[in-house]
Amino acid sequence: MAKQKIALSVNGKKIEASVEPRTLLVHFLREELNLTGTHIGCETSHCGACTVDLNGMSVKSCTVLAVQADGGDLKTVEGLAAGGKLHPLQEGFMQEHGLQCGFCTPGMLMRGYRMLQENPNPSDEDIRWGLSGNLCRCTGYQNIVKSVQYAADKIRKEGAPKP
Amino acid sequence: MTDVIVAPSKEREAGLAGIGSHRKRKEDPRLIQGKGQFLDDLKLPGTVFGDFVRSPHAHAKIKAIRADKAKAVPGIIAVLTAEDLKPLNLHWMPTLAGDRQAVLAHEKVHFQNQEVAFVVGEDRYAVADAIQLVEVDYEALPVVIDPKKAMAPNAPTLRDDLTGKDNAGQGPRRHPNHIFNWSVGDKAATDKAFAGAAVTVKEDIAYQRVFPCPLETCGCVASMDPVRGELTLYGTFQAPHVVRTVVSLIAGLPEHKIHVIAQDIGGGFGGKVGAYPGYICSAVASIVIGRPVKWVESRMDNLSTTAFARDYHMTGELAADKDGKIRALRVYVLADHGAFNAHAQPTKWPAGLFSIVTGSYDIGAAHVAVDGVFTNKAPGGVAYRCSFRVTEASYLIERMVDVLALKLGMDPADLRRKNLIQPEQFPYKSALGWEYDSGVYPAALEKALKAVDYKGLRQEQAEKRKRGELMGIGLAFFTEIVGAGPTRNCDILGIGMFDSCEIRVHPTGSIIARLGTKSTGQGHETTYAQIIASELGIPSDDIMIEEGNTDTAPYGLGTYGSRSTPVAGAACAQAARTIREKAKKIAAHMMEVSETDLEWDVDRFQIKGVPQKTVTMKQIAMAAYSNVPAGMQHGLEATNYYDPPNFTYPFGAYICVVDVDRFTGETKVRRFYALDDCGTRINPMIIEGQVHGGLTEAFAIAMGQEIVYDETGNVLGASLMDYFVPTSVETPVWETDFTVTPSPHHPIGAKGVGESPNVGGVSAFSNAVIDAFAHHGVTHMPMPHTPWRVSEVCHRLGIDK
Amino acid sequence: MIPGNFDYHRPGSVDEAAALLGRLGEDAKVLAGGHSLLPMMKLRLAEPKSLIDLGAIAELRVIREKDGVLQIGAMATEAALIASDLIRRHCPLIAEAAALIADPQVRNRGTIGGDIAHGDPGNDHPAIMLALGASFVLRGGKGERVVAAGDFYRALFETAMKADELLVEIRVPALRPGTGASYQKLKRKVGDFAIAGAAAVIGIKDGRCGHAAIALTNVGPTAVNAEAAAALLVGKAIDEALIGEAAKLAMSACAPTADLRGPVEYKTRMAGEMTRRAIREALKRAKGG
Repeated sequence: MAKQKIALSVNGKKIEASVEPRTLLVHFLREELNLTGTHIGCETSHCGACTVDLNGMSVKSCTVLAVQADGGDLKTVEGLAAGGKLHPLQEGFMQEHGLQCGFCTPGMLMRGYRMLQENPNPSDEDIRWGLSGNLCRCTGYQNIVKSVQYAADKIRKEGAPKP
Repeated sequence: MTDVIVAPSKEREAGLAGIGSHRKRKEDPRLIQGKGQFLDDLKLPGTVFGDFVRSPHAHAKIKAIRADKAKAVPGIIAVLTAEDLKPLNLHWMPTLAGDRQAVLAHEKVHFQNQEVAFVVGEDRYAVADAIQLVEVDYEALPVVIDPKKAMAPNAPTLRDDLTGKDNAGQGPRRHPNHIFNWSVGDKAATDKAFAGAAVTVKEDIAYQRVFPCPLETCGCVASMDPVRGELTLYGTFQAPHVVRTVVSLIAGLPEHKIHVIAQDIGGGFGGKVGAYPGYICSAVASIVIGRPVKWVESRMDNLSTTAFARDYHMTGELAADKDGKIRALRVYVLADHGAFNAHAQPTKWPAGLFSIVTGSYDIGAAHVAVDGVFTNKAPGGVAYRCSFRVTEASYLIERMVDVLALKLGMDPADLRRKNLIQPEQFPYKSALGWEYDSGVYPAALEKALKAVDYKGLRQEQAEKRKRGELMGIGLAFFTEIVGAGPTRNCDILGIGMFDSCEIRVHPTGSIIARLGTKSTGQGHETTYAQIIASELGIPSDDIMIEEGNTDTAPYGLGTYGSRSTPVAGAACAQAARTIREKAKKIAAHMMEVSETDLEWDVDRFQIKGVPQKTVTMKQIAMAAYSNVPAGMQHGLEATNYYDPPNFTYPFGAYICVVDVDRFTGETKVRRFYALDDCGTRINPMIIEGQVHGGLTEAFAIAMGQEIVYDETGNVLGASLMDYFVPTSVETPVWETDFTVTPSPHHPIGAKGVGESPNVGGVSAFSNAVIDAFAHHGVTHMPMPHTPWRVSEVCHRLGIDK
Repeated sequence: MIPGNFDYHRPGSVDEAAALLGRLGEDAKVLAGGHSLLPMMKLRLAEPKSLIDLGAIAELRVIREKDGVLQIGAMATEAALIASDLIRRHCPLIAEAAALIADPQVRNRGTIGGDIAHGDPGNDHPAIMLALGASFVLRGGKGERVVAAGDFYRALFETAMKADELLVEIRVPALRPGTGASYQKLKRKVGDFAIAGAAAVIGIKDGRCGHAAIALTNVGPTAVNAEAAAALLVGKAIDEALIGEAAKLAMSACAPTADLRGPVEYKTRMAGEMTRRAIREALKRAKGG
């Protein structure tokens, strides 16, 4: 099948590539760009391990075609830390033991990253609803909620990190 | 020798971040930055991709396989079938349970989605296209799904390949679909106790077929170097060394030419213990093609074919005095093992450690009998976040105690109080042969009851019942049996279930330690370092833990059954102690005193009574490479293979409070309190995390998980739409608590914790839901307690109007 | 779990999209949010030769109100519906239902048009649209036509749309004062389809029901318009007994299929229970509660 040209920004970097139309965004990221932080846990858009930020929205990259991201602005977990500093969410997950095997973590972080911009002062309940598209098998979510609260608190005190 | 003012011991101890420290995890920095190395992240040059053609039938003859069209797809390199594996004698592989399992279906398929052909191509897109084009002609055969029908006289024979064999690996069979019969306990004494009992109860209790469902599926990359004749197998292995030995035995490759490497693993929960056809097919394909072959399971394949757990159909009976003193327990189990007897248990235990079924109670007589049978379902029988079959056992006894309480009109807490093993009875010898190491059960129970205001809850429940509202209070007092295990009664393929640790102290006083276990998220890199830190006085930050590479790690049996801390953790402490012994000799040499003049103080040896005369472990490390006593070898390292003298017996008291919507059957866990006693606590932060996770998996099992088959053998709901993995919204908030009763036989007194919350949790949830209906005389309700199942009971009772 | 090959088209306007669809005909599928279509393609249950992605057509995302009618572009996402002030003011039921669909990420991609046009009885908008008396603007080679929601659903995955037609707009009359609406969805977990769902719209005048509509989710081959149940309410003062009678009528309109959510009997009962709850809540809201 004829490949199609796409151009997009990934973690602030301009990318041009040719892809088959059927190429899933998650495969494009992992196989073509070697950004393997974005994981595949189910392929049916239930688990959220493949969550990335596309044009200011959290999306599940297993259910988006790479061609649909043409012209888009994309951020993955690899782009979360900036200027040699961890994002407050990354720090929060480490401080509050918000991860165990770490497989869901990139998706959780990327969803949390957007959620805190949508709602900078979330209640625990808000966080649970906000993360309800991301499955975790290890933590029981309780420490993930704490991790996000840690980040929210830090961002409130110190401001959002510069991208 | 240092002759300075030394910081107080407490301060130095805190600086080590050793046993008892809440220190943050060493694994986290890479995992929070997307820099973990999970299996599918691995990209060896020239890697090709393989995946399976799977059977739509549950039981059928394979008449023909045509792969021409598939092979014509651009990028397709090979299509392997059983016929291709047969000359290598690799179309079947031995199972851990003494049976064999088809690698690629040979002549027959035995369950839906069974592996029929392996398609290898340049990338996964081409392979997906080609899989569709492989044509297989099947002749459907009658299907057996219900284990209760498997041994009917006219049941179709499922395993023709075993025809004429009266043994499928675990003892004599009495029917073509029978696998084994196993029994334990004093039958005569048990029967006698029942015959004379004032009160008896009996209940059929099924523990449904479930699946661990870690977030990362199984996968491997097999890379054969034809020049060196060496096979490197990367994969999602909870037990890398066992995989190496199994592959060597199956493939006939010398074991030293097989390198098994497990990198970061995205959760295992028992599902990544076994050897799967994907591993064998990838290895064969790599040998044939001469390029690395990657296989990564899809979630649907993972849910429908990778080793299941449970599927135990149990009948429990208790005999008791009028006042509630339990006299005897009788259990019969029909165990559905699926199409091949491939369960992962220590070889001598066809029902795992199920005989822990007397639980936390002092029961004088007990007898257990288990029949294993074949059905047309996926093979397996792994311990899904529990020690071998312990969750089934714990569920049975915790349910039966509630059933008895209802019959006696006693409060379930009072009945437990009356029967708990008392502290002075330890070490306690159970009726089924186990020796419980330590426990203070009554104190744990009382602490739990007080924490939730149990009396208050029962009062509230009574008031609600008057108003027609449904509220349930579920208790579970569980005893785990973990740390498999003593090699005298535990082996896998004849290899004793010891575990191992090798510690090397570098000249500058930092350490690398390697172990035979493999973390799948439990934080081994952190907790093992903490053990060594406390033993050797080197900060845990300066200790690197490495697992998963069979070339470098000492042989070990892997991580499952909560065995890492009880077994490998003990090896860690013992290896460290060997090093400390040598260090002491070097210290004496450095200070020119006798060893007997020295005493250990946190991170150094000091001359007894002269605290300013010390040498630190760091100084000793350098001396070990530069200034050793005459006759001593240089270096500072030790390896320990630890054969545990006994299992460890973690325990806990869990209380669950649930509200039931009688109109819809929905349940809402309002409160869940978990008290765990896992002995010495190495990292309380990690323990709490383990408990949260285990409770969440228990919640999933009790409330929704089930691998369902229809009567023709179609596996239903093999996606995360239907298979219940709760989100953050459904998951309750957990309250954790603890007592500490160290194990007397473990070097640091630790017992293991990862699986306790699953073992105790399932019973507590289920007991809570059923307790909501106790006043209606309901003794049991089948798991999982989905809205429709609960609603059926409400409807039957006429309380949904 | 990888889709087959297809040609990909990304038209910039409705005209362009309609022309493409006219040209490619039945071999083409329209891609909206993709969260039903792409999984089906991955399972190879759908293997279109061409995909026409409506994602670049800005006009299809517009939500506006004109003469008491909400005009919702078919490509408005669930997240956009939830965030829309216009919807909150004129017909909050749509936003309320949207919030019960899937999860945050899926709601960022999933669209109201996709949900409606797919013809899946498990989708939530169809019942909402039936209850609200919505109509759908279809655009084909021969121009535009408007089909009432009540005439749209034919059978399982079968709608009044022709192969060359696009759903471009959803028109919903704004709720009148004195009208309350509610959607009750019973599900196993976040992200699940309904075990059963019920939408109720109740208008109250002088203490009596002046207008009623009830529609059900996932208890038949299409969304179920429980007309008899609604008709029973009209002209009467609604009390618990009447609600119970209406729920029974709603149940008799159900024809669910058994699946892992439960057997037919349970789903039917739950349709009744959801109906009761939806009527109660709609009534409360109609009365300004």
